[in-house]
Amino acid sequence: MKFLERNLIALDVDVSSPEEAIRVAGGLLVSEELTEPRYVDAMLESYQKNGPYFVLAPQIAMPHARPEDGVKEASASFVRLQKPIAFGSEANDPVQLVFALGASSSDEHLLLMKQLVMLLNNPAHVEKLKQVTSYEEIQTLIGRNE
Amino acid sequence: MLKILCVCGLGQGTSLILRMNVEQALGEKGITADVEHIDVSAASSMDADYIFTSNELAESLQGHTGKIIIVNNYFDMTEINEAIDNNIEQ
Repeated sequence: MKFLERNLIALDVDVSSPEEAIRVAGGLLVSEELTEPRYVDAMLESYQKNGPYFVLAPQIAMPHARPEDGVKEASASFVRLQKPIAFGSEANDPVQLVFALGASSSDEHLLLMKQLVMLLNNPAHVEKLKQVTSYEEIQTLIGRNE
Repeated sequence: MLKILCVCGLGQGTSLILRMNVEQALGEKGITADVEHIDVSAASSMDADYIFTSNELAESLQGHTGKIIIVNNYFDMTEINEAIDNNIEQ
């Protein structure tokens, strides 16, 4: 399981569309070899087909696809957008925090989702994620020591 | 027992988060329920008393026998608690 590790985080990325945001966040999973490249295409297809339901809280999007779309390991990346982007979510636009989820069918998937819920159920953590300037600060937020 | 579905587009990520928080809220209220997370197409052919989902997917579930409960912020326990209080008879 790889959850918001150093190479899975990019802060203040400049993108001009939701698709580009999904490509950047998904690209981190691909470059760390946690998913196959086709997983990113599957995330974009799901967005086209099912709409922006994965914008699941104000300013937070969690694009993902299915395990069979090329996930190698349960994983999550984090991209903070330099300028918030509208994904088309009536309740939760614009999006600034993008967590691409490599959804695996293993037990680790559940563990990873629990970590994500623990992080994001706390509004103070969400506020801090908008302000942090380094990976070390994020580590502290998720309570991990390297 | 109450049967509750948490529904998202793929039944992998978003609906699992909703299920975790709905289960936690129900547990704190002492409500026993069978909660499952599932994708929207499978959900349409499943029996349930209540369905938690997002605004975007609620429309595709119209006509389901279960009562649809919309949650906008999946990480907001206050909203989820209120949604339960306003919709599920205790």
